[in-house]
Amino acid sequence: MDGNYDVAAIRREFPILERKVNGFPLVYLDSAASAQKPRTVIETQREYLSHFHSNIHRGVHALATQATEAFEGARETIKGHFNAAENAEIIFTAGATDGINLVAGTWGRANLTASSTVLMTRLEHHSNIVPWQILASEIGFKIEVIEIFPEGTIDLEDYNAKLALAPSLVCFSHVSNTLGTINDAKLLTSLAHDAGAIVMVDGAQAAPHMNVDLQDINCDFYVASGHKMYGPTGIGFLYGKRALLDAMPPWRGGGEMISSVSFDVPTTFNVPPYKFEAGTPHISGAIALGAAIKWMESVGLDNIAAHELALTEYAHEKLLQIEGLRIYGTAEHKAGVVSFLVEGTHPSDLGTLLDQLGVAVRTGHHCTEPLMDWYKIPGTVRASFGAYNTFDEIDALVAALERAIKMLT
Amino acid sequence: MGNMKLLEARQNEIVEEFSMFGDWMEKYEHIIEMGKELNPLVESDKTEDNLIRGCQSRVWLAARKDEVGDVVFSADSDAIITKGLVALMVRVLSGAKPEDIANVDLHFLEDIGLHTHLSPTRSNGLASMVKQMKMYGLVFSVRS
Repeated sequence: MDGNYDVAAIRREFPILERKVNGFPLVYLDSAASAQKPRTVIETQREYLSHFHSNIHRGVHALATQATEAFEGARETIKGHFNAAENAEIIFTAGATDGINLVAGTWGRANLTASSTVLMTRLEHHSNIVPWQILASEIGFKIEVIEIFPEGTIDLEDYNAKLALAPSLVCFSHVSNTLGTINDAKLLTSLAHDAGAIVMVDGAQAAPHMNVDLQDINCDFYVASGHKMYGPTGIGFLYGKRALLDAMPPWRGGGEMISSVSFDVPTTFNVPPYKFEAGTPHISGAIALGAAIKWMESVGLDNIAAHELALTEYAHEKLLQIEGLRIYGTAEHKAGVVSFLVEGTHPSDLGTLLDQLGVAVRTGHHCTEPLMDWYKIPGTVRASFGAYNTFDEIDALVAALERAIKMLT
Repeated sequence: MGNMKLLEARQNEIVEEFSMFGDWMEKYEHIIEMGKELNPLVESDKTEDNLIRGCQSRVWLAARKDEVGDVVFSADSDAIITKGLVALMVRVLSGAKPEDIANVDLHFLEDIGLHTHLSPTRSNGLASMVKQMKMYGLVFSVRS
């Protein structure tokens, strides 16, 4: 259905896809929560732990040098893949959430005041809402919500009206984790910059699904999670423009982030990215994330995007044949996410029965309660796709759904 | 005085009932059936105070003491499988002495292989409901 894309070969690289769940071959449709791992990622982590594990940046011995080179090599891979201007702009974090908390805790604390306004969209994941709410409760700035249309796209008229409030910061997700909407990050950034705002983009759901060019988007901050792009958990990165990172105060204190420590004169701090990387980082995770990105590049993100788009369109077509099924998130530009509800059934019941039939989906509010409240629904069933999913798996989802609906109604 | 044997007998009855089902889907069909048969909570009992919020589904639990001092539970859920599991809990614990409810060893869900539903990670509100039912048992036994 999509030319030369060899999904069977891709699936062979993911050992977990061979397993069965509740007696059925696993149909994994929850990649938006976390993607599975190809052999190269598993092997990279194993090789590091087996052959050259050591603490980085400070040892003089062979292992320390090798580990440091691999760790910094991963930073270089991220910088190249996402087209940052320099390696110093890539800060390793525990994930997207951690990166947002870093920006809130440093840039936010240093630059926001009681009279500031922060804009965010109604689509945001709790990760991009709560750190700002916590800070707002301390500092007293105002949070304004950019409204959306029922299909899940940002209301640009409302956005422009809110930009007239002269916000200090605009936060938006590149791709909605619940609805799949791909936001025009470049346009939203440029409008925000025209209004004098700093722009922070949550790229957790975009990074695994498309080529992201940070200098082209021109945002000030961008975060992503390794585990959603076929890498390990507990690792991700924050991109920040160098001038902003230089001006930002440090976040967590500890080793690595200092230049010189003294009890007698003020302690001085290291330069970015190290200024923001206190303590021993997740070395094996960073190196394996580098391998994950190289793996995505080897398949080609444009190819992955095209495959996932075909899956999404097929899923829409098949699911809509089910009576009483409504899809939430029908934007023209969507990544591989399909959220839906079936009249007369509760999403958690559908999820429980689908699991019994070997189909892994996510149910609930997907950490986007404000969005669910806006739609006046308790949550949705969400099927999300990765590079390894097949059209047969969507057929399996539809068949399992039909069986579950029959049981529930 | 309590009578723990009553709760034990009720649990064993459910375990036996479920042993008749061949596969998982039959077990779930039975749970769904029980969910459908459970008398829905009267709207006036669907209060914020009686609400147990799970991440996935919502559960309401109300409790009162009857004339002989037994605790009578009524409960509801917006999800039918959760409601079926809630119905099982009510079937075991409602109309029992408060001290027995507070001290009971609830093993039947594990016996029928449904204990994963009680795991806090399941977030369906069921684990919190069981805790709340035992709490009612404790409170009513202290008050009597």
